[in-house]
Amino acid sequence: MTTASTATRQAVKPPTARRSFVERWLAMIFLAPTLVGMALFTFLPIVGSLILAFFRWDIISAPQFVGFANFASLAQDPTVRVSFLNTIVFVVVAVILELGIALSLASMLQARMPSWLRVFLRSTFFFPLVLSAASVSIFMRYMFNEQFGVVNWLLSLAGIPAVPWLTSPTASAAVVILVYVWQNFGFSFLLFLGALTNIPKELHEAANLDGATGWKQFSNVTLPLISPTVLVASVMAIISALQVFDQPYVLTNGGPGDSTRTAVMVIFESAFQQLEFGEASAIGLVLTVLILAVTALQFRLSRRFVFYQ
Amino acid sequence: MSSQTLHTGTGENPGSTTGTPTTHKPYRSRRLPAAGAVGRYAALAVAAALTLGPVLWTLSTSLRTPSESFNLPPSFLPINPDFTAYQEVFRQINIGLLVLNSALVTGLIALGQMASATLAGYAFARLDFRGKKAIFSLVLATMMVPVQVTIVPVFMLIRGMDLSDTLLALILPAIPTAFGTFLMRQYFLGLPNDFAEAAALDGAGPWRIFRSVYAPLAVPGMAIVGILAFNFHWNEFFRPLILTISEQNFTLPLGLVTLQGNLGTGSISVVLAGVILSMLPALVVFIFGQRTLREGLTAGASK
Repeated sequence: MTTASTATRQAVKPPTARRSFVERWLAMIFLAPTLVGMALFTFLPIVGSLILAFFRWDIISAPQFVGFANFASLAQDPTVRVSFLNTIVFVVVAVILELGIALSLASMLQARMPSWLRVFLRSTFFFPLVLSAASVSIFMRYMFNEQFGVVNWLLSLAGIPAVPWLTSPTASAAVVILVYVWQNFGFSFLLFLGALTNIPKELHEAANLDGATGWKQFSNVTLPLISPTVLVASVMAIISALQVFDQPYVLTNGGPGDSTRTAVMVIFESAFQQLEFGEASAIGLVLTVLILAVTALQFRLSRRFVFYQ
Repeated sequence: MSSQTLHTGTGENPGSTTGTPTTHKPYRSRRLPAAGAVGRYAALAVAAALTLGPVLWTLSTSLRTPSESFNLPPSFLPINPDFTAYQEVFRQINIGLLVLNSALVTGLIALGQMASATLAGYAFARLDFRGKKAIFSLVLATMMVPVQVTIVPVFMLIRGMDLSDTLLALILPAIPTAFGTFLMRQYFLGLPNDFAEAAALDGAGPWRIFRSVYAPLAVPGMAIVGILAFNFHWNEFFRPLILTISEQNFTLPLGLVTLQGNLGTGSISVVLAGVILSMLPALVVFIFGQRTLREGLTAGASK
């Protein structure tokens, strides 16, 4: 689509020099709000972060150059280290769950069923995406309450003793993952649904004729055909999971201990609670590098494993 | 670009992955895997119940009296609704002000994004100027920078601009949008070129071509940008938490989290009433703009 339009666009090059002069000015005026805004609120802050990361600054006294000390604290400060480990565990588990649930549900929706049911299910799985993560965490925190929560009440019906969801380190990490996945699997689900619906019917019919059905057809026909979407969905899921903040902040505030503290929570706390703006910038830069690495890996993997039609 | 690219199919009958034939010939239906179908429906029913359950619980608990709200067994269906909690939430916090703040912030960000992204997207799609490719890549690159990395310098910049603890502190930095610009560029590239040629033959200059030909056609694309902005910023928590200080500048999510902190587990139906109220605009968008929102959300993955 893009290439075709680019080709036609070339055809309408302005006929006169005056025209192209006007067009250049118009382009500058049109771009000004976006570019000035980005210069001020994105590029300048990136440069600011890069500089700040080498200083100790509490906003009150004069900034003090400390070299790589802020980065060293990443390796030495146990809270920071644990938070990064937590974040990585969170990303791995949440993304696997998110993609697994999304892909299973999207495949199940491909079967023949009344169209009102398909529309209803699609809307249902999509719905949590329009809610605010803070609100979701508010009601989930009540639902996972140890004494009065509905989750433990349901478990008690099955004879399972009350789980200290928000006060045990393991269980609270599980709650943060569950709440996050509950709200976000709908996004990958939409991507998979689009990709699966776009597979030509003939390919499945041909596979049926060749006797490839069920799991065999899924792994040999369907999966290769949607592999570009699987890759894009994984990368988008990883990048957004790396930035998780709202859920652990509202559900557990990082606790008990540091068991649910994430990288972004540490950025928030060192900057706006401990007034360590330099350290916060350094942690932020490390997180950015992680995100860039994931994106770079995407391009690598897409050349090796992804099947493009 | 919109309708052709993303078939999230409503009426279509997509190819089956389980070997169910797509034609209606009766002799083929012997291959219908009955056990598989039952399992599939069971799994879908469980998934739907787990997705809707928490929302239904929130709604029906908000409709219990504050003193009963934590009683077991829990309620999942709003039978005998009681609206005390809704009256309480108006008494306990200035929820009208929270709604107003959220609406102002979200509305102005959405309008600002729609305007700036339309102009920039048009420039990238249909105007010629030097360095276009490089500038466009630079704009796209900003999508990779997480907000948490720029927040400390942005916070200081806002202080320097004397805007700390104002709604403008939330609005201004959110207006330039790389994704919106990308969407509008794609949108304008998808519009036919003939209009521009015809208008140019009639002697229309670049501004007239934009103003009278392409701008009126841009509305569906702008709707996607606007709805995405609404969905993101209405629900936003991280930036308001940092950039606003006094309660009179709080937005809804921040105000509700504060309310939960103040009330603890005392009267949860009051907090949940606030949560339900804050969901209403999102629900309206979900009902009337779901298709647009779906297209917008998935557009980034299909570039």
